[in-house]
Amino acid sequence: MKQADIAMTERGRTPLQIKGNRDGLLVTIGDGEWDDLQRSLIEHVEGNAGFFQGARLALDVGNRVLHAAELGALRDVLSDHSITLWAVLSNAPSTEQNAQALGLATRLPVLRQGRSAHVQDAGQVGENAVMLQRTLRSGFKLSYQGHVIVLGDVNPGAEIVASGSVVVWGRLRGVVHAGAQGDENATVCALDMSPTQLRIAEKIAITPTPKGKGTGFGVGRVLSMRHSQPQPEMARIRDGRVVVEPWTVKAKS
Amino acid sequence: MAAKVITVTSGKGGVGKTTTTANLAVALAMDGSKVVCIDGDIGLRNLDVVLGLENRIVYDLVDVIEGRCRVRQAMIRDKRLPELFLIPAAQTRDKSAVSPSDMVRLCDELRNECDYILIDSPAGIERGFRNALAPADMVLVVTNPEVSAVRDADRIIGLIEAEEKGPARLIINRMNPALVRRGDMLSSEDVLELLAVELIGVVPEDESVVVSTNRGQPVVLDGKTRAGLAFKDIARRLTGEKVPFMNLEEKEGLFGRIGRLIRPGGD
Repeated sequence: MKQADIAMTERGRTPLQIKGNRDGLLVTIGDGEWDDLQRSLIEHVEGNAGFFQGARLALDVGNRVLHAAELGALRDVLSDHSITLWAVLSNAPSTEQNAQALGLATRLPVLRQGRSAHVQDAGQVGENAVMLQRTLRSGFKLSYQGHVIVLGDVNPGAEIVASGSVVVWGRLRGVVHAGAQGDENATVCALDMSPTQLRIAEKIAITPTPKGKGTGFGVGRVLSMRHSQPQPEMARIRDGRVVVEPWTVKAKS
Repeated sequence: MAAKVITVTSGKGGVGKTTTTANLAVALAMDGSKVVCIDGDIGLRNLDVVLGLENRIVYDLVDVIEGRCRVRQAMIRDKRLPELFLIPAAQTRDKSAVSPSDMVRLCDELRNECDYILIDSPAGIERGFRNALAPADMVLVVTNPEVSAVRDADRIIGLIEAEEKGPARLIINRMNPALVRRGDMLSSEDVLELLAVELIGVVPEDESVVVSTNRGQPVVLDGKTRAGLAFKDIARRLTGEKVPFMNLEEKEGLFGRIGRLIRPGGD
């Protein structure tokens, strides 16, 4: 695929920059009112319908905080013009989360040097943290450079990938990968530790399928992986294996 | 009057979205509301079949959207209930024939003419789902007490929240208390513990649903079936009434329930 650079906008007037690359089109949105920028993007698309027909579009919104409804509305308008909005790049974590909640990618496949450097500048690697205060449902995926704290449940089908540790103040039933870049000191803590799969650094642990009593096989437990008496637990690597132990004050490493 | 737009969705197919839409629409219309149902499943329509109105289709949703007819012309009046209307889906097109903004426009046009607009969403999380969700004031998520259906319901609820259409309300369809008792089926509590949303109804598994669906006679029209009573209760909860949950376990509970239904009377 050829690398085309098609900056077609009058950059002075509309801070809208459109580049073609092997993943499709990348639209970078500069400063200004979101409504105006969105309108000028749509006008641009309508004016060049042939060029945009069937295009895959990634949108870089910079530091702007955008709600899911705004992103969803734009995606719908674009899809009316046969354009697929597949990714939203942002420096604002809430925008990223909203985009992820809509099923949009938030990273381009080729890591962009500037952005990752930016994240590392913000502090020591693994010293950042993000907190989510809601239920993470199936289909939600969070990748974060740092620690992740969830006040709520992590349901089956949801996935958290963090370079640091993960703390879930709720039921952990999805997939968690802590220390995703190889940090074997990362831990995973949860009030009810029943993940579908747990990964710390390179080690993988799978929750054994619970066996019910009597005639039934206890589907209730399979679905919700419910402990009869859940207690806070902490998973970490010890002697090259993932071990889970009660999470108490003493258990601090 | 400004109609309330209620979208019925599920994620997974075959859990009973269309049956639920049809029965709630009929139940609301039986209570005297003016109801328009819209089949959002363009290309795979079947709300018309379940309502028994298939042979009366002249114009469909895509005809309205594309301006080949007026909304009124596409509204099929139910033969049993004069206050119930259906806008059928097109069978010859696909979901891309309609956009979310088209649906919002259509519902805004209908809002002044009725009390409830019920939209039957197609399965899946793609265009058809977004079309059905866009105009919604309230979203009902239908699920079955099975792991796969609940997983998809969880995903859908997440998408509904992301689109700021939440909180979704849950209907658990095809509940079999005997299987739950044996530990072979998820209980309502199991489902709710995972999904953490408001439950608006539990519909028991009932053979009469299959029979009524095949006949194009929604099960609520027959006031005696357990599923029909459950749908009736849900419809009343939609109107804001506080209706106690039917006891699916005990026979006495069921009879008591019927007794309660008859005593207030007057519908």
